[in-house]
Amino acid sequence: MSTVKELSLQGLWKNNPGLVQLLGLCPLLGVTNTLTNAIGLGLATLLVLVGSNVVVSLVRTQVPNEIRIPIFVMIIATFVTVIQLLMNAYTFGLYQSLGIFLPLIVTNCAIIGRAEAYASKNPVLPSAIDGFMMGVGFLLVLLVLGAMREILGQGTLFDGADLLLGTWASALRIEVFHSDNHFLLAMLPPGAFIGMGLLIALKNSIDQRQARKLAVTKGTITRARVTGTAQ
Amino acid sequence: MSFKIASSPHHHNRRSTSSIMQWVALACLPGIAVQAVFFGYGVLVQLLLAIITAWLAEAVILIIRRKAVLPRLTDHSALVTALLLAVSIPPYAPWWVIVIGTAFAIIFVKQLYGGLGNNLFNPAMAAYVLLLISFPVQMTQWLAPLPLQAVTLSPLDAFCAVFTQFSCGGFSIAQLQQGIDGITVATPLDMVRTDLAQGYTLTESYTKPVFQGIAGVGWFWVNLAYLAGGLLLIQQKIISWRIPAALLFGLFTLSALGWLAASDANPSPVFHLFSGATMLAAFFIATDPVSASTTDRGRLYYGVLIGVLVYVIRTFGGYPDAVAFAVLLANMCVPLIDYYTRPRTYGHKAKGSLK
Repeated sequence: MSTVKELSLQGLWKNNPGLVQLLGLCPLLGVTNTLTNAIGLGLATLLVLVGSNVVVSLVRTQVPNEIRIPIFVMIIATFVTVIQLLMNAYTFGLYQSLGIFLPLIVTNCAIIGRAEAYASKNPVLPSAIDGFMMGVGFLLVLLVLGAMREILGQGTLFDGADLLLGTWASALRIEVFHSDNHFLLAMLPPGAFIGMGLLIALKNSIDQRQARKLAVTKGTITRARVTGTAQ
Repeated sequence: MSFKIASSPHHHNRRSTSSIMQWVALACLPGIAVQAVFFGYGVLVQLLLAIITAWLAEAVILIIRRKAVLPRLTDHSALVTALLLAVSIPPYAPWWVIVIGTAFAIIFVKQLYGGLGNNLFNPAMAAYVLLLISFPVQMTQWLAPLPLQAVTLSPLDAFCAVFTQFSCGGFSIAQLQQGIDGITVATPLDMVRTDLAQGYTLTESYTKPVFQGIAGVGWFWVNLAYLAGGLLLIQQKIISWRIPAALLFGLFTLSALGWLAASDANPSPVFHLFSGATMLAAFFIATDPVSASTTDRGRLYYGVLIGVLVYVIRTFGGYPDAVAFAVLLANMCVPLIDYYTRPRTYGHKAKGSLK
């Protein structure tokens, strides 16, 4: 139980692939211009991450150490191809709107990072949980960034949700405010970088606040240092 | 009796940041006045909005950062940023354009980098680029200069136009953009660009009414006024002559080369120097003490770089004027320029000399 809790905490907050490891920034910044795109890519990454972690963990004793990376990449590529074909078949609109970022999940460092750092050293179940939690952490960052950029950029939420979920989902579209002038910066890559910077800053400030609170309740005495930062 | 322990340099310029910024703002006044005369009172409304937004944004972020508000507000650096942005954008752009721009300049470009003195980029120009790529339509609606205006706006109209996009008499901005002949008037730089792209020669292009005078109606006088203000700043030793001189030299040299090679396909150097935002850029924008190069030799390189970039982007780029892009690109090069142009320490030998 404590493993699950620890893995969740690591994936969702402490070691979040988007906010802390800063892995997979290319898709993160590239496709978060709308919430729908963000959900689509986040789910795809999540599925690939769980699948690759499970398989990597299963074969971890058979894989020669020298060629482990190519093997991991092939496993990941297999899953990406599966997801890509599935999306091509069932969510064609979204498949087109994600474009190159879908096959590029193969090169997402967050996935190979988890395979190398966790799945290749741990049994199947914890690896699956780790993959799931990391994937959810990544998905959440995508969601927040996508929502931020969509609201700022065109004043809507879930625009084009029907591409992902079928025609009924076009009812999900929420118009937060109406504007004839789209705020293009939020939709363009610079907006993604600025939004990402703000999210990381927010996370860091929450962490600092908690650390300060903890220090107060515990009453720890911090050593005064004049050189460098205290460890 | 006070014992002040100060490190070198001991030769001080007694001016405070506040008085420098006040001088810069003062020297802008002739340019602003000419702009108001030729392009309408909208610039004054923009100025008002920009200054209020800048002060508010600065105060709010200083409170959040738990810094003293009043000393930072009275150094007038926010005022100058607001002023430069307000004179750069079209005078009848909607009110939210200048508000978003100024807030971005102060909060993101200046304060998030650590406040005055720590910003890598020129706040006003970074905000200008933000606005230009975000709201291309609003950022290009320049009005015809006064002698060509079909409808002249009163100061009250200016308020109406900025806040509602209609003059009090009910003319829309699109109508106001038309000249007396009913054709929408572009800026001279834009006109030259479009005409050349369509295969006209400059001689044909210059027959249009917007080119009466030396470098386009109104624009010549605006640039002249900023030149006068800039010379005042140099005379007062507020800014060094190096950046403006180098910038104008770079722009002049390249445009002269182009003009000599094909004078019917490249505007003359005089046109380049007195059109668009050239003088404002040379004396007020590129000379920002924070984001510009700080060594004497570096300032020359920095100025020439901006001048060259302005010409290159005006001629080959996607936008009619290029000051903001050129300044931002040069800002990025400043750490490198400063590193390679560090002056020789007094008493040390020059590099490469044997004795």
